Amino acid sequence: MRGTGSKTEGKGRVVTSVEKIWSRPHLLSIEALSVGEILAVLDTASALKEVSTRSIKKVPALRGKVVVNLFFEDSTRTRTSFRLAAQRMSADVVDFSVSTSSVSKGESLADTARNIEAMGVDAIVIRHRSSGTADGLSRLVACSVINAGDGSHEHPTQGLLDLFTIRETFSQRGRSLSDLHIAIVGDIIHSRVARSNLWALTKMGAKVTLIGPSTMCPPSLSALGVEVTHDLDAVLPHVDVINVLRVQFERLTSAAFPSLREYSHLFGLSESRLKRCKPDVLVLHPGPMNRGLEINSAVADGPRSAILRQVTNGLAIRMAVLYLCIGAASAASGGN
Amino acid sequence: MQPLMTSDQIQSAVEKLADQIAAVFRRDQLDFANLALVGIRRRGELLAGRVGALLSEKLGHKPLLGALDITMYRDDVLRHAPITIPMGTEMDFRLDDRPVILLDDVLFTGRSVRAALDALVDFGRPRFIRLAVLFDRAGREYPIAADFVGALMDVPPHSVIQVQLKPLDAVDLVCVVPAQKQKERAAL
Repeated sequence: MRGTGSKTEGKGRVVTSVEKIWSRPHLLSIEALSVGEILAVLDTASALKEVSTRSIKKVPALRGKVVVNLFFEDSTRTRTSFRLAAQRMSADVVDFSVSTSSVSKGESLADTARNIEAMGVDAIVIRHRSSGTADGLSRLVACSVINAGDGSHEHPTQGLLDLFTIRETFSQRGRSLSDLHIAIVGDIIHSRVARSNLWALTKMGAKVTLIGPSTMCPPSLSALGVEVTHDLDAVLPHVDVINVLRVQFERLTSAAFPSLREYSHLFGLSESRLKRCKPDVLVLHPGPMNRGLEINSAVADGPRSAILRQVTNGLAIRMAVLYLCIGAASAASGGN
Repeated sequence: MQPLMTSDQIQSAVEKLADQIAAVFRRDQLDFANLALVGIRRRGELLAGRVGALLSEKLGHKPLLGALDITMYRDDVLRHAPITIPMGTEMDFRLDDRPVILLDDVLFTGRSVRAALDALVDFGRPRFIRLAVLFDRAGREYPIAADFVGALMDVPPHSVIQVQLKPLDAVDLVCVVPAQKQKERAAL
């Protein structure tokens, strides 16, 4: 069945005539997705969010399917979220960690993936420090590949869950994504979250401003069709959403800013800065937070923050992505 | 298109459903106060709304209304491309110990009802579940039977029946979809 949203359908669905359709076996990036595909994921997630509120938090759609978490980088929440999402769809799930696998014995990624596939899996959820790994893997294996973060390239499910959280919040206030202004603050250049957010938001017609120190947020990014600035305070009164990025110490190769104190002073989201924002501004952070550095605890735990709701919504988004990708691959092969 | 039920005939079938349900609840002294009408999305949901409105007139109490999305429970969920985008279930009450009437527009193979029964019991353990359908036709593939039937009709086994209900559709109408239209739909 194809869904077209010609009118408001409740639960704050976007008023649009775009055809919502999904036929991809893989989710590798948001850059490659059409507006209709993005809406297909958001609406599926919106439908599946209810499952987690039941006493029996499970639907049988992916019964008999096998999902493998193949994480080459540390992750707690994304891995757990994918694991729980697969289980809520009734798939079996296997965690494959680099530290406990033969990868640490020198096996190549291709060999590892082919071996996992030979065990009869339906989807591989991969996180890797190198950009393009998920894309490369999707050319090697016949099963679905879902990108859970590849280097500084993309983290599509994070971009989708941020978009979902923004849409959910503002549709209740009668506003659509296309009339929102979103600030993304911090280490833009190293951030796959920023890149996935940027694609997701601009495709949906939102206005995006990128803010950070020039070493992390170079003016050349304006080529992507967004505003770039280094002055957070000038932007604050105008934005509807502030997505605060984590300072990724593990990815900084040299001193990108003089001191933590200076970073916090110029780019940290504090209570006094929040007071200069619109009263109903929405604060997002992909986690894990460096409290006191890019965001203050009072802001992170305050009423404007949707940080825990992002985690809840992330589960629904990953349930949707697993259903759509495994479903599309399965339907294409005649239901096997 | 060959009409099987006109707007008036649909209206009387809905009234017949409400009468049958009210009669059984009175006769067996069932717990009407806790009754939930759960419609399979999307036209079963519309039917639930109409039957519910009539029942509250007859019995003086408004039954709870729920809309059930059975996409994730269908036995063909992963078989057909493009993959179905679900609408979601909207049921803000628990089903534990509650009398439940499940409603759908057409009862044909019984597969939707099978899926709906599986979905319902994930929301609690109902007192009982009874099935009400607007239009009952031959062609059962699973052992399912309706408790309340608005209209029972003989239609050729391979014909496709289309139910249109306002406000989702422009009119109230039940008709047989011509073979040419069926091909167009299959090609979608």
